[in-house]
Amino acid sequence: MIPIPPAGPPSLHVSLRAVTRVFRTEGRVVRALGPLDLDLRKGEFFAVVGPSGCGKSTLLELIAALAPPTEGTIAFEGQPITGRVPDGVGVVFQENACFPWLTVADNIAFGVRRLGLDGPEVARRLDHALTLMGLRDFADAYPAQLSGGMRQRVCIARTLVTQPRLILLDEPFGALDQQTRLLMGDELLRVWRDTGATILLITHALDEAAMLADRIGVMSARPGRILEIIETGWPSDRDSRIVADPEFGAVTARLWRRLREESVTSLSGTSLSGTSLSAGAR
Amino acid sequence: MVALWRLLLLGVPIVILEILCRSGAIDRITLPPPSTIAVDMLRLLGSGRMNTAIANTLTHVVVAVAGSIVVGIATGALVHRLAPLRRVLEPLFATYYAIPIYAFYPLLIVVFGLGDAPQILIGFMLAVVAVIVSTLTGLDSVPAVLAKTALVHRMGPVATALRITLPYAMPHLFTGMKLAVAYAFIGVIGAEFIMSRTGVGYEIRYAFDNFDNATMYPLILLVLLVAVVVNLGLDKWERRLMARRRGL
Repeated sequence: MIPIPPAGPPSLHVSLRAVTRVFRTEGRVVRALGPLDLDLRKGEFFAVVGPSGCGKSTLLELIAALAPPTEGTIAFEGQPITGRVPDGVGVVFQENACFPWLTVADNIAFGVRRLGLDGPEVARRLDHALTLMGLRDFADAYPAQLSGGMRQRVCIARTLVTQPRLILLDEPFGALDQQTRLLMGDELLRVWRDTGATILLITHALDEAAMLADRIGVMSARPGRILEIIETGWPSDRDSRIVADPEFGAVTARLWRRLREESVTSLSGTSLSGTSLSAGAR
Repeated sequence: MVALWRLLLLGVPIVILEILCRSGAIDRITLPPPSTIAVDMLRLLGSGRMNTAIANTLTHVVVAVAGSIVVGIATGALVHRLAPLRRVLEPLFATYYAIPIYAFYPLLIVVFGLGDAPQILIGFMLAVVAVIVSTLTGLDSVPAVLAKTALVHRMGPVATALRITLPYAMPHLFTGMKLAVAYAFIGVIGAEFIMSRTGVGYEIRYAFDNFDNATMYPLILLVLLVAVVVNLGLDKWERRLMARRRGL
């Protein structure tokens, strides 16, 4: 074990040092991740792309403390992460995580009602989240009445009301169609500007990463390591229209050049072993 | 339209039965005409003669149902968390209804005496496993992402069960509760039938022993009506809750 590094400069929001994750299933040992070092700056929008099965989701689960690292340390705001999801961290998953028995408003308020805030404060935060995510007209609807994109907005809103300082998104738009994804990307950028939170977005879509992030971490095939970090240099008031910018094409092309080889490795590795790592990670 | 067919399906046999009884094809000692049974039931209810018996039976059923729901859901939630215990118990749950529980009734009377406890216990024992099994099935249906959501909201196991997993499992729990009501009725009335000093089951048996058709058939009809009405009520409530979840 490497000793926990002292609290870094305040601009360092999350730091991972020599982190690995090893699975043992049916006598087989599978190294899913690492060793991996990563620093997230406070308030940045960081995307992680990588070939399928490279441990992207595992990386997110480690930072969210949903699973422990096998080796190494992870610190959030200078404090080592242990066992419990740290205060100030919000997570949005790819799967529909709405509560089907609650209305949209009750789904969103679920996160704050547990914090023991007074009524007016809950109402204020709920109101703000409903407006920000464009759900005002659907406050009394049930999730089953909504489209996939709307349900994902509900889940994002449920995270927002807790006022997280770090928002982790695990392929949140993976199940949505392309147009909806572009629009949801715009929503996410507005949320990011509105909250000032640090965002870590796990995605398999290169264009999504290129459009949204300040920095993009490219992961290798399993066991996932960070191969390269690409700075996009976008202005903070960007939106989905950036896809028309020639620079967007350049960033996407650069991502693909880096990833192509890894994806081939990953694909052949998957077909040989016949197992999907992401299935084991869940 | 469906309701009309349903009414016909129920109504036609009753009318045929009525005709058979009135024409003498079925003699009155065996079965009085359905209309007479209905009138006798209203008269019996009006007389107040059966009030104590009805109140006793209903109280026993309510206690058995409430107990089986609380104990069943709590046990189900606990067993669901303890995988090794579940592996041990699951085959026992599966074969539970092969056991003729009434065989234990004499033992229960020896232990608890001829009071309320044996009947309630028989009702409870019949009902509780249905609730446990449906709780397990319901908790199995909870998606992994909701369990992760609970962790993200820093909820403990009890809060997770009460606020997330059990509400999600509600459709399955409803099935369990409906079964619990049916089993509790069967258990309690059956127990009263065999050996007891009060209750609707006891009164039916007493009337049977005394060739008192004017009491026996109306009570059987009453039991039938109560069971159907209670289950229809639960069904309606369930449909209302589920309609929202399915977005209807």
